[in-house]
Amino acid sequence: MSLLDFARGPALQWSIVIFVVGVLWRLLGVLLLRTRKDHSAPRKEAAWKGLRLIALRSWPRKEFLGGTAFGEVMGYAFHIGFLLALFFFVPHVLFFADIARGLLGTDLHGLTGLNWPTLPNGVVTLLSAISIAALVAVLIHRIVSPVKRLISNFDDYFSWLVTIAPLATGMAAFAHLGGWPYEQLLAVHLLSAELLLAWFPFGKLMHAFTIFAARGSTGMLFERKGASL
Amino acid sequence: MTETTPTTREPDPLEFDQPRVSIRKPEHRFDTQGEAPDAVRVERAMNSFVRDFGRTAAIYMESCIHCGMCAEACHFYEVTQDPQYTPIWKLEPFKQAYKREYGPFAFVYRALNLKPKVTVDELQQWQHLIYDSCTVCGRCSLMCPMGIDIASLVSQARHGMFKAGLVPHELAAVTERARREGSPLGATPKVFADRCEWLADEHEVEITIDKPRADVLCAMSSIEIMKYPESIVATARIMRHIGADWTFRLDGYEATNFGLLTGDAATQKELTLKIIHAAVACGARVVVLPECGHAYTALRWMGANMYGKPLPFKVMHIAEFLAEQVHAGKLRLRKVNRTATFHDPCQLVRRGGAIEAPREVLQALGVELREMYPTKGANWCCGGGGGVVAIHRADELRHKVFRIKMEQIEETGAELPVTSCANCRQTFDDGQAHFKWDKTMHSLLELVADNLVEDEQ
Ligand code: HEM
Ligand code: SF4
Ligand code: SF4
Repeated sequence: MSLLDFARGPALQWSIVIFVVGVLWRLLGVLLLRTRKDHSAPRKEAAWKGLRLIALRSWPRKEFLGGTAFGEVMGYAFHIGFLLALFFFVPHVLFFADIARGLLGTDLHGLTGLNWPTLPNGVVTLLSAISIAALVAVLIHRIVSPVKRLISNFDDYFSWLVTIAPLATGMAAFAHLGGWPYEQLLAVHLLSAELLLAWFPFGKLMHAFTIFAARGSTGMLFERKGASL
Repeated sequence: MTETTPTTREPDPLEFDQPRVSIRKPEHRFDTQGEAPDAVRVERAMNSFVRDFGRTAAIYMESCIHCGMCAEACHFYEVTQDPQYTPIWKLEPFKQAYKREYGPFAFVYRALNLKPKVTVDELQQWQHLIYDSCTVCGRCSLMCPMGIDIASLVSQARHGMFKAGLVPHELAAVTERARREGSPLGATPKVFADRCEWLADEHEVEITIDKPRADVLCAMSSIEIMKYPESIVATARIMRHIGADWTFRLDGYEATNFGLLTGDAATQKELTLKIIHAAVACGARVVVLPECGHAYTALRWMGANMYGKPLPFKVMHIAEFLAEQVHAGKLRLRKVNRTATFHDPCQLVRRGGAIEAPREVLQALGVELREMYPTKGANWCCGGGGGVVAIHRADELRHKVFRIKMEQIEETGAELPVTSCANCRQTFDDGQAHFKWDKTMHSLLELVADNLVEDEQ
């Protein structure tokens, strides 16, 4: 079996299994815990309105902006770049459609008659480059900022690595870097994405899911009291 | 391991001749209580922390991405730029314990020994972070991009520290006193009754005590009883002014709750239940809490949960009560032609939700309100909440933090700084004395009482 076959076959399957089972295990492991009933008289009955914190907290209050703007801007830069490249790069879309056909026997087009939108390759290259630059900046910040250095652990650095790896190897494959055989580059790119999937449930990358639960819970608890969100 | 408190020790003497009330500065600190061996202490701390984990706290524990932004919100970090004061770092040993003992992947962490067991030395080191340098003000909880309520986790960690017998000397001493005498600062029923009698004579005002039935049950904080007794007079005057059917009760007059601040859940409950039972006994419709932030958290938001069912009465902070009287047209006030600024008590405003009530009262007083920046929910803490003002070894750090408040208030150019929390107020008095500042913090309650239009005489 060639490296590419391995990456497209068992490695892909296993990483998806680990991802799905791991994410469910970790999410359900906390979401299914009991909560105590709150007997206090609410100030505001419609606590669910606190769910607006999920959107609200996406940008800091003006009072806090000074010290956090760098982190916010860099954070947005790499998340947006990463997600757009992941979901709207033509080869990715073809790849996902392929998986969908393998699993469901059909794809988005077959199901709805719609085509998944894509971005031009040049735009994706630019987005990936921005994303990589922002991730490098974030890493440097983690190392030079006394606060972030103190609170960081293995997870922070490893999660960074598995996030930047698919971006970097993807750019390398697209550029047919260094005269390596394309198949090899592609295999390494796929494997790096699979590493990301397999690591996802265990470290802080889980924030992509927990963020909604955390902001939502706090929002509802605070809204009930009329406290500041 | 520091020395543990000998059981035969005399109780620490209280100190009333200083700008803030606490026990006298201990010549010898005992920051460890009880006789348990180290390993047992750690186990108790972690078990207690992990045991009362509900869904929300667990979600928080799973969510931190170590972005460090919470540091920017914390006054202790702001003034020192010392990374150990990063809010989430204050929970580090507890986070480790959670991952190792409780999280969905705890079995992996244990099997591979990925998170080492926490030691007693670490916990002792962390005492400074969990108590001396956290006022549980919740400002960090407004910053966290993940929406983690970090302050609630600090409270939970304090339960663990209490179970382990690792509470700072002063907090252990006053909580013990509260358990024994019903008041952390010596405001026993007898002291309270005597004070009320003396105040009633001195100020020619009727102070109702132990009326068998009453619509409104009032409570005071021990800081007010011992240090700002004019607040008792002010409460009585206002109640008479609006013609309330009200009373104090000697079986439930003290709203201060050091059980909450220390992390002693049993004492917290005991103290809360006293007020609840007193209110039920006199058939009160409303319990009016004093100018005290954490008393509000303890009864307004946690009281019913201590009681195990909804409270059969309404709980209001005095500022909310006053605002309600203003709206009902029952408070007739003289206009105060001064400029004022309002210091938001964290537990009342940011975390308690009574954001506008004190401002409405100020408006009714006709002052020109000049808001600080930041204000309301984002206002800076005075630095004395969460029991911090009682801890002597925290004084230096607390004074540093107080500079933020002085600057904020100076910037408004307002003549009258006003607040509605006796604990904030004593923190201001202490800061004022320390810095020889020319501004004195005022009580909203007393300001109202001083400006009642008494037309019946
Ligand atoms: C719904 C999806 C997501 C949301 C709402 C989200 C939100 C956030 C937020 C608020 C931060 C903190 C901001 C900062 O540190 O700059 C963050 C950090 C981070 N996110 Fe996401 N995220 C999402 C998905 C992802 C995904 C899919 C990945 C990677 C595969 C990822 C990787 C990272 C990394 C590595 C950091 C830490 C950066 C650092 O070292 O400081 N995120 N995310
Ligand atoms: S609750 Fe307040 S004092 Fe405590 S860590 Fe957060 S900001 Fe700092
Ligand atoms: S701001 Fe929130 S997510 Fe960031 S380090 Fe602090 S607690 Fe963790």
